[in-house]
Amino acid sequence: MKATCWHGKRDMRVDDVPDPKILNRRDAIVRVTSTAICGSDLHLYNGFIPTMMKGDILGHEFMGEVVETGPDVGNLHVGDRVVVPFPIACGACLACEAQMFSLCENSNPNAWIAEKLMGHPPAGVFGYSHMMGGFAGGQAEYVRVPFADVGPLKVPDGMPDEKVLFLSDIFPTGYMAAEMCGIKPGDTIAVWGCGPVGQFAIASAKMLGAERIIAIDRFAERLAMAADKAGATDTIDYQAQDVLDALKDMTGGVGPDACIDAVGTEAHAPGALYAYDRFKQALMLESDRPLVLRQAIMACRNGGTVSVVGVYGGFIDKFPMGSFMNRSLTMKTGQCHVHRYMKPLLARIENGDIDPSFVVTHRMKLDEAAEGYAMFSNKQDDCVKVVLTP
Amino acid sequence: MHTLATRATARTQSPLRRTFEASTPTVARGANRPDRDVTTVGIDPTRLARALGWFSLSLGIAEVLAPRFVARLAGVRHVHPGLVRLCGMREIASGMMIFGQGKKPRAAMWSRVAGDAMDIGTLAAVASAGAPGTRKGTLAFAAANVLGVTALDVYCAQAFGHDRTESAPGRSIRMARSVVVNRSPEELYQFWHDFTNFPRFMLHLESVQRTGDRTSHWIARGPAGTRVEWDSEITVDTPNELIAWRSQEGADVDNSGIVAFEPRPGGRGTIVRVEIEYTPLGGAAGSLVAKLFNASPEQQVYDDLHRMKQVLETGEVTRSDAVPKGLGPVRQHAAQGESR
Repeated sequence: MKATCWHGKRDMRVDDVPDPKILNRRDAIVRVTSTAICGSDLHLYNGFIPTMMKGDILGHEFMGEVVETGPDVGNLHVGDRVVVPFPIACGACLACEAQMFSLCENSNPNAWIAEKLMGHPPAGVFGYSHMMGGFAGGQAEYVRVPFADVGPLKVPDGMPDEKVLFLSDIFPTGYMAAEMCGIKPGDTIAVWGCGPVGQFAIASAKMLGAERIIAIDRFAERLAMAADKAGATDTIDYQAQDVLDALKDMTGGVGPDACIDAVGTEAHAPGALYAYDRFKQALMLESDRPLVLRQAIMACRNGGTVSVVGVYGGFIDKFPMGSFMNRSLTMKTGQCHVHRYMKPLLARIENGDIDPSFVVTHRMKLDEAAEGYAMFSNKQDDCVKVVLTP
Repeated sequence: MHTLATRATARTQSPLRRTFEASTPTVARGANRPDRDVTTVGIDPTRLARALGWFSLSLGIAEVLAPRFVARLAGVRHVHPGLVRLCGMREIASGMMIFGQGKKPRAAMWSRVAGDAMDIGTLAAVASAGAPGTRKGTLAFAAANVLGVTALDVYCAQAFGHDRTESAPGRSIRMARSVVVNRSPEELYQFWHDFTNFPRFMLHLESVQRTGDRTSHWIARGPAGTRVEWDSEITVDTPNELIAWRSQEGADVDNSGIVAFEPRPGGRGTIVRVEIEYTPLGGAAGSLVAKLFNASPEQQVYDDLHRMKQVLETGEVTRSDAVPKGLGPVRQHAAQGESR
């Protein structure tokens, strides 16, 4: 079959690889009908996530048709249309029982690697490095789905792929970002990053009753999408304005009630601090560039919440702990516990609260995956979201 | 915390107790800390140490042969060449130590850290003296370089950690780990009491067969299709709390094990603590076992326990495309299917 394989930094190729097969009794094989390139795939593409090997199949946002099930998968049948959550979860461990699906204790056969880097290991994830389990991803014609009796959500007939595909990751991730803000009526929420996750964080903050939503980015087309489609009330172009000044100005000096970091490790910013973090990253003295995180903490109102869904991989520098501690801030974060949100968010799609396909800007064939990655990474052609079809 | 051995002896009668104290290990201090012996797929400390070793050797040779040139590169002009030569000899010694200490040159790496501290001190002294011919910019650059290298040295030295497992021939290899399983102590006791379950999660075991009420016959896989066999006997059996076993006379490999089950408060599963000890006897069997348990026996117990947890919580060992046998730290291949 054809699959999108990682061959090194900025080197993606669509290779001919062996078809996946059932390895566990609770596996299913899914024929992929739609898959997307995630912003977090760009961290792999740009070489920021350790423990990758040449030939690793990428992709953790995908959906398709069940073509084979293991003997212990009772709830799915050949022919079912399903969308698959990006974290792999067993449904039986203490973490899964607590609905913390992205922390499943049994789905990562390489937990020992992640444990060394992070203290305790998170769940396995499709197509996201060996420390996250070494699972082949879904940017392919077929994919093996472990614990298929727990994760995949059956999709109603007649609902087009693009409307439900993003239940696999970015819609629940954006929703969880907004949910972690504990939004109350009248709240002002600032969202750093108007990529797909930022767009869904904005749309979700609106659904959860935020009064004012401030979108921050440097690309005009992304800010326009945030305002016109997602529901942002204000926008800040961080290259044209000083973000901290602008946020103070907009909130009468108080600051936003909650700040969402939907950017993560590859943040950009004008000025010397960006050069400083680039330099430290190049010398391998820090692994992530926490430019947005620092700013979100400094911007947040006293006693407010910083919600982090942008992905970080390792260690950061110059964390403003003094500001964070003295001003009684709260930070909430995590890889999305997608399983928790799929059904309620599907209900929101079905009753018309939201049509997630508004983020799609490019539709390409799986064969063109390498071009898709380059375009998305370089933000060419106003690219926000690429959907691939085999 | 009670060690497993004291828990076991506290609950056993005197005839068993003597055997027990002679044969069973105690839980090592900090048994729950992550194993530090194993290299990660990311930065391999052993390779990094080798690179730093070559760096030491080449810098040392340069300092000895061309002390003035090296000093000028570092932004220091009027420094006695003899001092630079001394630093060079120290570098060469560190480099040779790294290559002399095998795969985990921990002491050598700490000696490099000490050397780095000396270099930083020298640069700082030169900078504060403001000696003529001292170029501050170059000096700062040199200091930044030394600090960077120091970070690598400290990382590397710490990565090698303290060896808590011993594998010298003739001495025992002892391992202790624990894991939490979302099952009751009763269920865990039942599962562990049936030794024929062991090959389901201890992947180096080929089979375990019951030969009596308290006895069983174990066959383990060796390299190149060879086998190691022994008979084992349960030495302590406290229902729902603890099981201990040890190999009998004539075993290819002397070994013993203890497993204890401790309920977590609030019904949050059970802590399973395991200690295993092997005594390679030298000769054929000894070398087989050394290979069998390769560099990190403790990693093997970690993997065994996590596979046991997977078997009990999900029904079987979790497999991924890169780790199709669920083996953990063995050689991984790319995350794609294997050809049929």
